[in-house]
Amino acid sequence: MARAELMDFDAALERFEPVIGLEVHVELNTKTKMFSAAPNPANAEFHIADPNTLITPVCLGLPGSLPVVNGQAVRYSISLGLALGCEIAPSSRFARKNYFYPDLAKNYQISQYDEPIAFDGSVEVELENGRSFTVPIERAHMEEDAGKLTHVGGSTGRIQGAEYSLVDYNRAGVPLVEIVTRPIIGAEADAPALARAYVATIRDIVRSLGISEARMERGNLRCDANVSLRPRGQEKLGTRTETKNVNSMRSVERAVRYEIQRQAAILAKGGAIIQETRHWHEDTGTTSAGRPKSDADDYRYFPEPDLLPVVPTRELIEELRASLPEPPAARRRRLKDEWGFTDLEFKDVVNGGLLAEVTETIAAGASPAAARKWWTGELTRVANAEGRDAAELATPAQVAELAALIESGVLTDRLARQVLEGVAVGEGSPQQIVDARGLAVVSDDGALISAIDDALASQPDVLAKIRDGKVQAAGAVIGAVMKAMHGKADAARVRELVLERAQS
Amino acid sequence: MSEHLIRLTAAELGARIAAGDVSSVEATRAHLDRIAAVDGAVHAFLHVEGERAIETAADLDRRRAAGEAFGPLAGVPIAIKDVLVTKGMPSTSGSRILEGWIPPYDATPVQRVRDAGLVPLGKTNMDEFAMGSSTEHSAYGPTHNPWDLERIPGGSGGGSAAAVAAFEAPIALGSDTGGSIRQPAHVTGTVGVKPTYGGVSRYGSIALASSLDQVGPVSRTVLDSALLHDIIGGYDPLDSTSIPEPWPSMAEAVRRADVSGLRIGVVKQLDSEGFQAGVRSRFHEALELLERNGAEIVEVSAPHFEYAVAAYYLIMPAEASSNLAKFDSVRFGLRVTPDGGGTVEQVMAATREAGFGPEVKRRIILGTYALSAGYYDAYYGSAQKVRTLVQRDFDAAFTTVDVLATPTAPTTAFKLGEKLDDPLAMYLNDVATIPANLAGVPGISLPVGLAPEDGLPVGIQFLAPAREDARLYNVGGALEQLLLAEWGGPLLDRAPDLSRHELFATEEGAL
Repeated sequence: MARAELMDFDAALERFEPVIGLEVHVELNTKTKMFSAAPNPANAEFHIADPNTLITPVCLGLPGSLPVVNGQAVRYSISLGLALGCEIAPSSRFARKNYFYPDLAKNYQISQYDEPIAFDGSVEVELENGRSFTVPIERAHMEEDAGKLTHVGGSTGRIQGAEYSLVDYNRAGVPLVEIVTRPIIGAEADAPALARAYVATIRDIVRSLGISEARMERGNLRCDANVSLRPRGQEKLGTRTETKNVNSMRSVERAVRYEIQRQAAILAKGGAIIQETRHWHEDTGTTSAGRPKSDADDYRYFPEPDLLPVVPTRELIEELRASLPEPPAARRRRLKDEWGFTDLEFKDVVNGGLLAEVTETIAAGASPAAARKWWTGELTRVANAEGRDAAELATPAQVAELAALIESGVLTDRLARQVLEGVAVGEGSPQQIVDARGLAVVSDDGALISAIDDALASQPDVLAKIRDGKVQAAGAVIGAVMKAMHGKADAARVRELVLERAQS
Repeated sequence: MSEHLIRLTAAELGARIAAGDVSSVEATRAHLDRIAAVDGAVHAFLHVEGERAIETAADLDRRRAAGEAFGPLAGVPIAIKDVLVTKGMPSTSGSRILEGWIPPYDATPVQRVRDAGLVPLGKTNMDEFAMGSSTEHSAYGPTHNPWDLERIPGGSGGGSAAAVAAFEAPIALGSDTGGSIRQPAHVTGTVGVKPTYGGVSRYGSIALASSLDQVGPVSRTVLDSALLHDIIGGYDPLDSTSIPEPWPSMAEAVRRADVSGLRIGVVKQLDSEGFQAGVRSRFHEALELLERNGAEIVEVSAPHFEYAVAAYYLIMPAEASSNLAKFDSVRFGLRVTPDGGGTVEQVMAATREAGFGPEVKRRIILGTYALSAGYYDAYYGSAQKVRTLVQRDFDAAFTTVDVLATPTAPTTAFKLGEKLDDPLAMYLNDVATIPANLAGVPGISLPVGLAPEDGLPVGIQFLAPAREDARLYNVGGALEQLLLAEWGGPLLDRAPDLSRHELFATEEGAL
């Protein structure tokens, strides 16, 4: 595939105004699915399961099966709607979206169409550079997820060219809330960063509500980014593309930026943007054309006759409103004070999209300083190097465990970095990795003393210097001992012991 | 002995079994023998359980001997319309596309029937996916009317009605989307009830049109339908449209059988020249009989009923086009792969091309069109408005009368093949039954005699307000008693003896 021509970003901004629109799908972490009693793989408890084991006749769309709405999913959706500042519909309806696709068991998706459960909201989003935006929310509606296809054979991993495809219906029927923004105008050069910050904000909100695991790498949170450009001074919005498969915060930003540059290059040459779905390719950092998507796409929506309208009582809505957690912005101000972070330190955390990780790590027992240090330090470094999100590398519980191991002297910072390496590749918990890799600090003085005595014996000149009061000469011995211990010793303790042994 | 057993009503048979006079095995064997003898000619069954039914009956007999308590129909055999999924038993809904599929679960009404100790004999024939009024659209060949084997048994539930009329089963389960229980009852001289929408769970009923479908009883007497209704009815958490409130006993309503002071409204629009003379005369005689026994007969108008068929033929296909999308070969049922393989879309298309019959395709196309962008408001949207107007007609009528009465269908059983090439004529058969489905109200059809001109059965339909199914059983039970007294025995005693068709029966009985 020919690489698309791109215009320089700043040049693109000079000629065109970017307008973005974001659709975020949130998988709810209810125990069971949206319309059946099958366990929900978006709940951490059922995350790992063999294909087609979390299914009922409803998930498979077997003849005669009927959906029943999961009340908890409705309550979660209302809470989310409220947290997004939306109106909650006194009565909302499910509708069938009809299209044939093998991952869609019934060949229609139960969604909401003209009567979503929540509408007309807005979200405050803060950017790294200090600017803040109010993103207008058009609607948030409930729907069911589809199954997963694996295309076997062929080179692309796509359905075209595959020899055969496997279907896993475990995900079929996972409860989703789709949050749709109105066109976001006026972000200008901040548009890519705003897209990322918006998704991070949604993630913070659903996490604070406790209604989703919100892990992008697992598909708990998925973003489709709509981008269009219009020439400066033009009123009418340009033709948009919808980029799918954007599976990390970082990619959201990159994908929006890429589409701005790609579209600008086409428009500048007098070309036209095709309204289409585009796929984001993480590896190349590019998008490619998917199927054309026009407003004439006919899903033959009609009210789902198997379900009654959702009519939440005023009492329920008010009860859920009263139990909403603190809004993220207010919460951030409070946490910064509580943790005693400087502006810079706190910004590091927020801009890294790591507020939730740090909060949860502290909740799991780590000190604020340790939590911040590991998330914004080593984990961010590795994540950047690998082009991933830090949150994909470790869980807050694992980082808290690591901090505890350092605190108790089992690990040094250096050893801890090796442990993190193991955590990131899924070797187990920090303690398990310490055990498996034998990484613990040697805290047995006996072993240290014998290594020290050996080192002193082999360097009599150094021993003499130390005895003469030239304490800094001890460095050479400490280095030898650390080497002998393969780094698994606490240098401060070694130093103490060296001085002690030299005098004996 | 066995000839005697098959002539008993379900209530009588249940009582004999409960009293220990007859075992469930004997009762089941008698019906299996009857199926073997006559079903080669009638073709009411698509699948017969055979020895498995005997095993079920034997198990029931053992449990009863061990002291387990059962309801009034325990041990009684029952036929099940193939639209209902049955665990371990084929369930095709009359379609090739489901040939060979064995469901892993029971429909709720089937589960309840099993729990009540009834013995499934097998699955009955029907128009494919319940689309039809004659069973001629079954992919497995038509069912024949036991009154005249050259004639249709009604549809879509012609198999259940014919099975009951031919004494192959004392009772059966049916489903009614636009008249599929009531119209077959009308043409076979049997009883059929479409309960209030939400009165019986639809879970496991292979959907034709979700907002219209309702499962209900099929029998030879009003009491038998009531007893079965009491078993299958009531709230089911697996069906969101199921009504949570408790129901009164329908059997008690039959036993009450009191029409004094009952106000019966005759729907002017369904008592017209378009109806066969003998159908109208029997209908009016029945009303006069009720009037002589204390009922008050008044004429009511339902001005929007004349648009009901048109609205129905937009709403039903629209829902069907979506409901039938799942038949794509990916997870169950028939799979047809084009020569040389093909993409998943091509396999889906080839399967649906080969697996669906012409009437199913006609309705899928109709429904797809009605839901299309740009046509939705004109077709589906307008039809929903008519639906509301039909509901209002009912509401208005029920402010002045307790029940409505109509002939169940315009004519007696027509000849097989007569309307097969004229879909519109076929659709108009349901003119009197469709309004109840659009409004969600309950309806019953019971026999009121034979049309003088052709000697074929005629049914009367009563309709009641939603949730007032008991009124139908009360008036139906009363009329049945009065007619039995007049006739000196059941109407079905006058049906031809089918035993001469033993010649055509195979050992297995069916297909």
